[in-house]
Amino acid sequence: MSTALIEIPARHRPAIHPLTVRVTHWINALAMTVMIMSGLAIHNAYPILPVAIPDALTLGGWLGGATRWHFAAMWLLAGNGLVYLAYGIVSGRFRRKLLPITPRAVLADLRDALSGRLGHADLSVYNAVQRLLYLGVILAGLLAVLSGLAIWKPVQLGGLTALMGDFDNARLVHFAAMAAIVTFLLVHVAMALLVPRSLKAMVVGR
Amino acid sequence: MPSRPPHPDTPVILREAAGRLDAPTRRLFLRRAAGLGTLTLLAGCDVVDGTSAERALDAMSDFNDRVQAWLFGPGRLAREYQASEITRPFPFNAFYRRGGSPEVDPGGFTLEVAGRVQEAPPWTLDRLRALPRVSQITRHICIEGWSAIGHWEGARFSDFLDRIGADARARYVTFRCADNYVTSIDMATARHPQTQLTFWFDGATLPRDYGFPMKLRVPTKLGFKNPKHIVAIEVGDEFTGGYWETYGYNWFSGL
Repeated sequence: MSTALIEIPARHRPAIHPLTVRVTHWINALAMTVMIMSGLAIHNAYPILPVAIPDALTLGGWLGGATRWHFAAMWLLAGNGLVYLAYGIVSGRFRRKLLPITPRAVLADLRDALSGRLGHADLSVYNAVQRLLYLGVILAGLLAVLSGLAIWKPVQLGGLTALMGDFDNARLVHFAAMAAIVTFLLVHVAMALLVPRSLKAMVVGR
Repeated sequence: MPSRPPHPDTPVILREAAGRLDAPTRRLFLRRAAGLGTLTLLAGCDVVDGTSAERALDAMSDFNDRVQAWLFGPGRLAREYQASEITRPFPFNAFYRRGGSPEVDPGGFTLEVAGRVQEAPPWTLDRLRALPRVSQITRHICIEGWSAIGHWEGARFSDFLDRIGADARARYVTFRCADNYVTSIDMATARHPQTQLTFWFDGATLPRDYGFPMKLRVPTKLGFKNPKHIVAIEVGDEFTGGYWETYGYNWFSGL
């Protein structure tokens, strides 16, 4: 008997990415872009890095404009992030897609990926490297929001700021979390362009 | 194509141009001008739909004012530090360069008090400095991202408000300064136990660069909400904004 007989037509198969994941993904992409670019403009007012970030990568034009974007988009980022986290936890998607992660599997998949032997035949299953990166960027996003709150409200949320090692250190944590997210994005966008089907799946679901 | 951020002197130039306009027009003019850098980024080379973006950002900033007023704990204290942690030299910051601070003659000085207050005696420096003295070592946090720990001494501002018979139900307290700087704060913050009318800095008379003859030390707000060289204090219900607030800094700017 041919397997084609029991194969379910594509449009009836469950989506690789449910609607909630796709919508929150693209809202997050927008909010994150605004937060990173306006954040880099704020950074330039008193740089942590030895050089200023080029203006082309910043948003807001000057410190005041940048803070206006940053303090507006933070609500979009946090609100959308909460919906995404709640959905991921309640639906069991995080558990199904991201766990388990073992160091052995990560190393094996990393070896395969670097030697070009890691396949992407089934987009609905993440390999160990993907799991690690996706879980990592969720944690980096959480850290960015928490350290951001610690900088924004070091008196009202004094406990959080103390947890981050006081104001100046919280600012470093905030910058490091951003840097981790940007590093993830470089890999993430490169991979999406290398495997265009994955980009399509994040738009139409499959 | 104005893709660079405004020149550091842009606020000064714009402010001079804006000086010729009436108040509401001036506010709009400065907001729009301050947003130009934003617009070119959003719209490439054309300033297309900028005003609606600026309006949305205005609305979000007003929303953030309300959220912060709600979040503000009248009894929640800013962390106090040890004398050994004081930052020296303490950074100088103003909307002009060092050396530009105003010279105020202490001899004939009286602080002007206006608005919803009762009759008050002339507030000479001697009389102000005789108010019960409080001291704090707290962290000054600038919107630019730097911070510094300083030692400020003076009168608890709520004490002063009581002495002048300020109406505690009024919404705003506005500060006008010898260098034409203006800012205003909410009454809840004005009455916070750590909000201080400061006459001494690091154990000596408040130096010219740090706000002589007096400044308001507000450890629960960003640095630009800590006006220096105060010459007039006004209590009222009418929103008066402030210097940097006109360019788009968030008004409440609580910590």
